Amino acid sequence: MRTEFRLSGSGGQGLLLAGIVLAEGAILDNKNAVQTQSYGPEARGGASKAEVVISEDDIDYPKATDPDYLLALTTEAYTSYGKLMGKGLIIVDASVEPDPQIKARTVRIPILDTAATVIGKKVVANIVALGVLAGISGVVSQSKLETAVKNRVPQGTEDLNLSALRKGFELAAAAKATA
Amino acid sequence: MTNVKLMQGNEACTLGALTAGMDFYAGYPITPSTEVAEMCAVELPKTGGRFIQMEDEIGSIAAIIGAALTGRKAMTATSGPGFSLMQENIGYAALTEVPIVIINVQRVGPSTGMPTSPAQSDVMQARWGTHGDHPVVVLAPGNVKECFDLTIKAFNISEEYRVPVIVLTDEVIGHMREKVVLPDPASVKIVNRSKPETRTGYKPYEADPDGGVPLMASFGEGYRYHVTGLFHDETGFPSNKGENAAASIKRLMRKVEKAEPDIRDYFTENTDDCDVLVVAFGSSAMSSLSAVRQARAKGVKAGLFRPKTIWPFPETVLDELSKRVKRIIVAEMNMGQLVLEIQRIVACRAPVESLTKVNGELFRPEEVLEAIMGGKR
Repeated sequence: MRTEFRLSGSGGQGLLLAGIVLAEGAILDNKNAVQTQSYGPEARGGASKAEVVISEDDIDYPKATDPDYLLALTTEAYTSYGKLMGKGLIIVDASVEPDPQIKARTVRIPILDTAATVIGKKVVANIVALGVLAGISGVVSQSKLETAVKNRVPQGTEDLNLSALRKGFELAAAAKATA
Repeated sequence: MTNVKLMQGNEACTLGALTAGMDFYAGYPITPSTEVAEMCAVELPKTGGRFIQMEDEIGSIAAIIGAALTGRKAMTATSGPGFSLMQENIGYAALTEVPIVIINVQRVGPSTGMPTSPAQSDVMQARWGTHGDHPVVVLAPGNVKECFDLTIKAFNISEEYRVPVIVLTDEVIGHMREKVVLPDPASVKIVNRSKPETRTGYKPYEADPDGGVPLMASFGEGYRYHVTGLFHDETGFPSNKGENAAASIKRLMRKVEKAEPDIRDYFTENTDDCDVLVVAFGSSAMSSLSAVRQARAKGVKAGLFRPKTIWPFPETVLDELSKRVKRIIVAEMNMGQLVLEIQRIVACRAPVESLTKVNGELFRPEEVLEAIMGGKR
């Protein structure tokens, strides 16, 4: 089965890294995964999007066509990609105001706030978001994702990022319990 | 697990080059090829290789030509305007028969264009960008693993035939990360240039006029010879004689023509019984493969022909296929370049339709599917 993820937000939020870790976790889980991205010429700011396709089978087309999960961390990302959502679930940061024009199923989760206040570092919002995505989708196991996080984050930040990932899984579990 | 990696196309090109024996890289970083330079800068010094960041792309290709003349296996990587700047020296490498490899990660042009967006609009420039009739080989990977394989192949071809070889990827393939299973390096076939055995009577450009490849001595090993972008005789010194120039041009072109059956490389799916044949290379072929599979699921007999060697084009294979299909669709992210070569080969035996896209986005499978189903084009 093919599962498509779209991770969207602002350049510099680390969504590309989150996408890479998700894909690597899937590979460690013996699945196939492809990660692609689109970004503007700016190094910071501007719209940023990473996509991950995970499947047990051969993946021919590498991009998301009808995402199963959209992660949106900014209002801009939510409004532009939310409108394109069909069957999938939108996971949006709790700071983003709901848009009545966006009809797809949506869960609102305090990702940015958890990173800033619970973990104490805004920069790990991407890894909190990754834990949320993985927890809700159940596509990649937590243990493999932890290995992938350790492989990919800067040296010396492993523990910080692992606690962010675990917090993300907790947020996902809480969201599932109330859904 | 050690050989299974999540890897980017640009990383796979670099690893392929290192596996092939690349020991010199000169380049000027440019999006979306920069990761190649970054990785070469990290890896080459570890094994005694050299990495130089040059002042621009003209200097970059000049540096790799010089390095290759001293016996190094040399590469550069670029995109868009950088590839344009390299054109003159591609001709120099072709005429002086210096083996070099150029990775061109295509982006939207002309000019600075859209640096972070994919295109496939350098098909003709890769073949004919430098002036004069000249030989060149262009390989087009269709996924990350092929970036690894075809970069090795590029080095092997450049060494065996002493021609510049261009690996033509694009922003999608260059930046895409995919699961790659790397082969055991000992199992990889590596070709090295043929060198002369003795200095006595060495003529650097002596070769069979029918596409022969001269033996290549390395500068610095005691062979004294001359290299020039002027037409030259077998001694390497300039000659302005018309018959000499004609013989040289014919031998150079014949080298690649003769090599074609050996270097030919392509992928097909569902072409045995297809009515509609989609021809696509590189990232467009990923969308096309998905479309062909969807068309089959709808009962339409569609197939994909994906050339990995695009110059020289695997002409005899397409020639055979074109006799038994009803329609051919050529999908490419440009205004219709490879389609011209397809039309030449097919020669009206089947209608050839051009499906183009130039907005800096990869084809969606539905767009190719619509063309297969006979929808709007």
